[in-house]
Amino acid sequence: MSWFEKLMPSRIRTENKEKRTVPEGLWSKCPDCDAVLYRAELERNQEVCPKCGHHMRIGARRRLDLFLDPEPREEIGAGVQPSDPLRFRDSKKYIDRLKAAQKATGETDALVAMRGQVKGIPLVAAAFEFGFMGGSMGSVVGERFVRAANSAYDHNIPLVCFSASGGARMQEALFSLMQMAKTSAALNRLSRAGIPFVSVLTDPTMGGVSASLAMLGDINIGEPKALIGFAGPRVIEQTVRETLPEGFQRSEFLLEHGTLDLIVDRREMRERVASMLAILTHHAPISG
Amino acid sequence: MNMNFLDFEQPIAELEAKIEELRYVGDDAEVNINEEISRLQAKSRTLTESIFSNLNAWQVSQLARHPQRPYTLDYITRIFTDFEELHGDRAYADDAAIIGGVARLDGKPVMVIGHQKGRDTKEKIRRNFGMPRPEGYRKAKRLLEMAERFKLPVLTFIDTPGAYPGIGAEERGQSEAIARNLCVMADLKTPIICTVIGEGGSGGALAVGVGDRMLMLQYSIYSVISPEGCASILWKSAEKASDAAEALGVTSSRLKELGLVDEIIDEPLGGAHRDPEDMAGRVRERIMEHMDQLQRLPLDQLVAARYQRLMSYGEFVEK
Repeated sequence: MSWFEKLMPSRIRTENKEKRTVPEGLWSKCPDCDAVLYRAELERNQEVCPKCGHHMRIGARRRLDLFLDPEPREEIGAGVQPSDPLRFRDSKKYIDRLKAAQKATGETDALVAMRGQVKGIPLVAAAFEFGFMGGSMGSVVGERFVRAANSAYDHNIPLVCFSASGGARMQEALFSLMQMAKTSAALNRLSRAGIPFVSVLTDPTMGGVSASLAMLGDINIGEPKALIGFAGPRVIEQTVRETLPEGFQRSEFLLEHGTLDLIVDRREMRERVASMLAILTHHAPISG
Repeated sequence: MNMNFLDFEQPIAELEAKIEELRYVGDDAEVNINEEISRLQAKSRTLTESIFSNLNAWQVSQLARHPQRPYTLDYITRIFTDFEELHGDRAYADDAAIIGGVARLDGKPVMVIGHQKGRDTKEKIRRNFGMPRPEGYRKAKRLLEMAERFKLPVLTFIDTPGAYPGIGAEERGQSEAIARNLCVMADLKTPIICTVIGEGGSGGALAVGVGDRMLMLQYSIYSVISPEGCASILWKSAEKASDAAEALGVTSSRLKELGLVDEIIDEPLGGAHRDPEDMAGRVRERIMEHMDQLQRLPLDQLVAARYQRLMSYGEFVEK
């Protein structure tokens, strides 16, 4: 204890070990408006900044939890798990990257799919886990997505997918690229059967995921200000050597250019998707 | 350094230069050096064979992008008759990076679609280095649907660094254009044979690459991302492109091993550009054989088999 601290009366003295630091995770800062937010309140607000409306990224399970009715829920394709067909190795082994991602997220790969209901409407919903290797699509994501689509097909119920992905997973090389064709073919089958697919594009949806399943919705919904596009902004900037226009590749930009049907605030997502699905499937109007 | 030869071909280039020199001397000297020339030619051939029997993935990538490599039009003129190029997406523009049109193969009507790179600087720019914009993919989609309507088998030729990463391309929905083609090709009711003739650059290649057969020229490549792009992301240095090419398994032989490609079409010694005539003949022969096989199938079986094939893509474990 320094001489100065000794001078202080003990009741206002704080020991170093119990510094008045904020307990980890109690407060969050909005990355957009810098407002300091109370975690519990942010959670109640579905990870949308109460001050500026900024939509923060959320995990796959949380996403489905916010979207689906509490009951019934049945996970699809959880047993499908990654392998390393190429024994890929860059600065790290792919297997080690997988293990690290599994540990960090608690998921086995980057997509979670469930059969359930939204406001009583039966459907299948899938969500990307961006925290798992950038939500990248490899064989497992492709297979789980197809199983989700097939479940929707078999039960004749709509499919909803929340995408958040950097694109195809490089570590599975051409297998990943082929998932674009695979998922698109499965969606095409749904479309031919007259089963609705609603694609919700969240921040970010890029590359191979954007250029396949995410753009194929009967209805394409963007979350506010989500980054959505084929090529990454940095790649484009390097290629065209121009400064990109303000708001480039954001949901609002895509809405203006005719790629999205609408932009929906996360806090209204459940109600509005349910309402649209009720119309497409000739259900009675959703109440409450 | 001879620019017609790649780095790893320089020993061959030196020999060839020596042969040229001797020929020049032989013309005015009295001495007969024909024997010496044929000895050197044989040596050059052996040397080429030995270098080409042992190429790594990065060397193959360089061959796939060789400036003299035959492009789609070089094949079209040699393989087909009555080719008429059809232009435009009927909505916005004609994209010269993708070409397509009706033609005949051995007298039979077909639809041909392919990426097209430019040979000289002016043409390279006009064709945007073979990097299509959405209107290119939408033109391809229009031609695919037309092929179905008129019962024309579709032959696609893949040769692109990738879809163009530009501002306008994003504004006009590059992602949607690619995704839509994947859907259309998934159940198009006519046979589709895809041949990678040079670079198969990711989604930009796949957007005309879904079909009943996937053929690759021996020294062509097909990858989810360019070796350079992969290296700069995963190794944080584009210098590691050679390592990335190896890890990604971009070559025809590796992809055949992995079951992602049906057949490899061997190239003439030294690569397709050493003898485009011969190469085109080989491609023609293989395409005709596959077309014959596919046309024997009833259409619903053909499309069902294509769907099964698409669903089979992927390697995972089931727990």
